[in-house]
Amino acid sequence: MPRSIVLFGLLLACCLPAFAAPDGAKLYSRNCAGCHGEKGDGGIGIPLSLPSFHAQVDDDYLKQTVLRGRPGRVMPSFSYLSDAEVDAIVRHMRSWYKGKVPVYPFTPIKGDAKRGEQLFEKHCAGCHGPTGEGGHGTGVTFSRPRDFPIMPPALHNPGYLSSAKDAMIKATLVNGRVGTPMAAFGKRGVKDKDLNDIVAHLRNFEKKPLPSSAKLIETGEAIIVMESPYDLKTTIENVKKAVSSNNFVFIREQPLNAGLVAEGREDPKQHIVYFCNFSLLNQALATDPRVGLFLPCRITVVEQGGKVTMMAANPKRLSRIFNNSELNEMCDQVTKMYIAVMEEAAL
Amino acid sequence: MKLAHAFALTLALWFNSAIADELLMVRSSQNFEDAMTTLQATIAEHGYKVTRVQRVDVGLEAKGYKTDRYRIVFYGKPGEIEALAAKYPKLIPYLPLAVAIFAEEGNTILTTARPALLKQFYPEPELKPIFDRWEKDLVGIMDEVREAK
Repeated sequence: MPRSIVLFGLLLACCLPAFAAPDGAKLYSRNCAGCHGEKGDGGIGIPLSLPSFHAQVDDDYLKQTVLRGRPGRVMPSFSYLSDAEVDAIVRHMRSWYKGKVPVYPFTPIKGDAKRGEQLFEKHCAGCHGPTGEGGHGTGVTFSRPRDFPIMPPALHNPGYLSSAKDAMIKATLVNGRVGTPMAAFGKRGVKDKDLNDIVAHLRNFEKKPLPSSAKLIETGEAIIVMESPYDLKTTIENVKKAVSSNNFVFIREQPLNAGLVAEGREDPKQHIVYFCNFSLLNQALATDPRVGLFLPCRITVVEQGGKVTMMAANPKRLSRIFNNSELNEMCDQVTKMYIAVMEEAAL
Repeated sequence: MKLAHAFALTLALWFNSAIADELLMVRSSQNFEDAMTTLQATIAEHGYKVTRVQRVDVGLEAKGYKTDRYRIVFYGKPGEIEALAAKYPKLIPYLPLAVAIFAEEGNTILTTARPALLKQFYPEPELKPIFDRWEKDLVGIMDEVREAK
């Protein structure tokens, strides 16, 4: 065989991975399994492997959901993934299902939205909330008992409304979701016209202001900084006293580089004061266990160039990364508490 | 009218979306103890040092709250953290780096802020290669924990 052909073959073999389709299983595992489970059996996110789910959602719904997420409802937007990567994830999810995948038209369903609102209150609001804002919690339980096997999804959410076609919403109402609390209203005698009216009411959400469940906190600064008029040692003592008078428990004080250098060689001019409000912590973890990432509460006191500064990561800004509107108020409150502690320490 | 609604919906998504590139979260099929051991070993393999493990669950239980296992693993590179803190003191509130690890039924969940988030907070060009390296290392660490059986 001529050497040039062998070389060409080798070159082609080297380049093939670059042109190969993205690995859907790997992408799913990295981006989705944390919430939805490795085999799609759910957890923080809804179960994706249920046959009743696959039988009622089209590929476009899955794709748009991955790309747009659900603002304020934990599921983030994976808009940085390429089209090919999202398609590969969708293909991987479909590998759990052997039945027929539906295709829905874009055609809107006509109905009486006003009447649909009354029907929604009667049949849907119990789980999805009076204004379609969805159930509470993330679905992640941190091994605690949960009220619902699945947190009822928010229907008044721009991510959902822009991903679901009217025909898909109606099919879900007709057939329900076997394996979830979602009932099959079509099989419970709810008339076709009533179902159309409910769909019209859901579509009408688009004209209404966003519910608080779909809103994220306004972005604040990344850090809270305040200068202290006192020296380093006094400021640290003041912070410790101030945390106690602001309903926190002082946990410990340590140099920033403790554990990184040999004991006794730490930088004495950068100290972290750790503290906690255990009741608030318990409440925060019950709402969303992921917030532990920024625990325990801390204020760092730094002396540089003769100036003493108190600094903390801003919980109000950090709340945004969890995409959980239920954390908004709590994070805002903790930001205010941090500022109160710093102000008191600087008094 | 339909177009106006679609436009309003797009705007709502645009201004109110959290993009997944700020938080890294993985599920390990290992139980908590094994996942914790894997995490600490993997952090060390990537050249970082675990500086402390905060036992959140122990603190909560001592105060009478019922909880499953929950720890925060702090880590950093000796020399690097001190150098960054000295040159960029405003970075200090986000140092050392941290991973939250907690039990969820028989599995373990790990979450961490992606260094991409720090790039938004601290746009100084000289910090970019450091955050990029942290990002690469962190994704590698989390992948290894996720794949460990």
